[in-house]
Amino acid sequence: MSLDVDLSHRLGSFALDARFRADPGLTALFGPSGGGKTAILNLIAGLSRPERGRIVADGEVLVDTARGRFVPRHRRRIGYVFQEARLFPHLSVRRNLLYGRWFAPRGLPREDLGRVVALLGIGHLLERRPSRLSGGETQRVAIGRALLAGPRLLLLDEPMAALDAARREEILPYIERLRDESRIPVVYVSHAIGEVARLANTVVLVGGGRVAAAGPVAEILGRRELAAIVGEEEAGAVFQAEVIGHDEVHHLSLLSSGAGTIAIPRLDAAPGASVRLRIRARDVIVALRPPEGMSALNVLRGTIRQVRASGPASMELRLDCGGVSILAAITRRSCQALALSVGMSVYAIAKTVALDRQSLGRGRLKHGPGAGDPADA
Amino acid sequence: MLGLTPDEVTAVRLSLRVATWAMIASLPLGIAVAMLLARCEFWGKALVNGLVHLPLVLPPVVTGYALLLLFGRNGPLGRLLAEHFGIVLAFRWTGAALACAVMGFPLMVRAIRLSIEAVDRRLEDAAGTLGASPAWIFATITLPLILPGILAGMILSFAKALGEFGATITFVSNIPGETQTLPSAIYTLTQVPGGEAGALRLSLVSVAISLTALLVSEALARRASARLR
Repeated sequence: MSLDVDLSHRLGSFALDARFRADPGLTALFGPSGGGKTAILNLIAGLSRPERGRIVADGEVLVDTARGRFVPRHRRRIGYVFQEARLFPHLSVRRNLLYGRWFAPRGLPREDLGRVVALLGIGHLLERRPSRLSGGETQRVAIGRALLAGPRLLLLDEPMAALDAARREEILPYIERLRDESRIPVVYVSHAIGEVARLANTVVLVGGGRVAAAGPVAEILGRRELAAIVGEEEAGAVFQAEVIGHDEVHHLSLLSSGAGTIAIPRLDAAPGASVRLRIRARDVIVALRPPEGMSALNVLRGTIRQVRASGPASMELRLDCGGVSILAAITRRSCQALALSVGMSVYAIAKTVALDRQSLGRGRLKHGPGAGDPADA
Repeated sequence: MLGLTPDEVTAVRLSLRVATWAMIASLPLGIAVAMLLARCEFWGKALVNGLVHLPLVLPPVVTGYALLLLFGRNGPLGRLLAEHFGIVLAFRWTGAALACAVMGFPLMVRAIRLSIEAVDRRLEDAAGTLGASPAWIFATITLPLILPGILAGMILSFAKALGEFGATITFVSNIPGETQTLPSAIYTLTQVPGGEAGALRLSLVSVAISLTALLVSEALARRASARLR
């Protein structure tokens, strides 16, 4: 199953021009607010009609303006979880969940209510009215409702935008499970880099109505174009690591990666579990010799691959640490003082406390079903 | 029953029947017109809106006379109905129901239209993405959400029908047992010597029916909107 999108559309003075492909796994449409991400979802779902373009899902042409084809929204089988959930206020949670079932084509494999309810942890809410749910519960029910309609593709439009940090933490694990356990491709809109680093397999960078870049999460989040969109201070590297153990005394988890062993604040995951790590460039210190008498726990040895000015006072280094690409932001002055240049061998130092929960995600960077790790079960 | 004479009881019964039919028969068209006015943009919309509201501002006698011209035995629509469907409205209780329905129609449409405009259309979009066709969306989302407005519109139409006098008496006259509704009966009683007592009794009945209708509609509307909360 895959989704191919090629669209041109005009909304007032805003021109949208998007072209990308979403494969199984979670594809994040990532970019600043007002960049046209929701407009793209509405076009995919059939809530609006593009001026020009083509949308193909699973080999079925949903929209082809050249041939005058436009499949109405109710025949697309595309689940849509809206920013504001949009649960039906006059129906109980159970009837909201089962709403799409009436219309799902017979003969197709159906999601089982019990399974979805268990996946999302909403069993105790079934007889309630939507108005009696918290924000996090509301969004979980909305996700369940979309899943139970038997979609071939799931669209999530910033489902956590209206929630506070604690509620986000409550939902993130469910979306990770959804990504890993369901075979349905997910297109996820977000402007929060932490969410994207944690959830996405593929990232489509959207800004000013255009697709700036698209590709695997580690590659895109480490790219230069990103800084223009998220700001220099959020630039960083994303890579894969495996939990090798926990230091219970100091409440730390130890991860093994190509770059070496990394200590992070204690993570609730079993040894062997796969996690993804995002290290912001500005949280990395560069040293010429292995440091001594320093509090930072993570010292990674690497080679400078690229040196670039990222601002009037700052430089950005791209390091290769055992095959893992790490970004480091340092001042121009330090760069000169240390005489850093491409090919030099250096040490990258990252504070453990900078690697907070926001920058961690479970699951592998590669897409495809069955990528869940044992700790999820 | 309250010491009503048989003639008065007849008038009360007739009034209830006329008002009930006026309300029920105009409901589907009322919902359709309210949807049209709330949701559709088309050429001549202002004209349709004006026509619907006309009975509200015209003297009722004029509306009744227009009905007589259109639906009378020799009127174009009256003859059509009589020849092809055997339906005669002039000087029948069905004609009284038609007059009441027309007079109550703007009130009914207005109440329903307001509730349709208050519906969050994004909920309908959500239902669409879950596979519901436009007809199913209307039946399962829109209709339940506008139920309070529909109830309000029905009650307004019913109450208007109970009080309708001018258009009814002009169109179908004042025939006891056939077209003599409560207001016509009260009017007649006030025109004859010794009719004051009867007029007062019927007026009290009228007040009681209207008040009950209002209370019932309030209760129903509260239950309907409680389901949304």
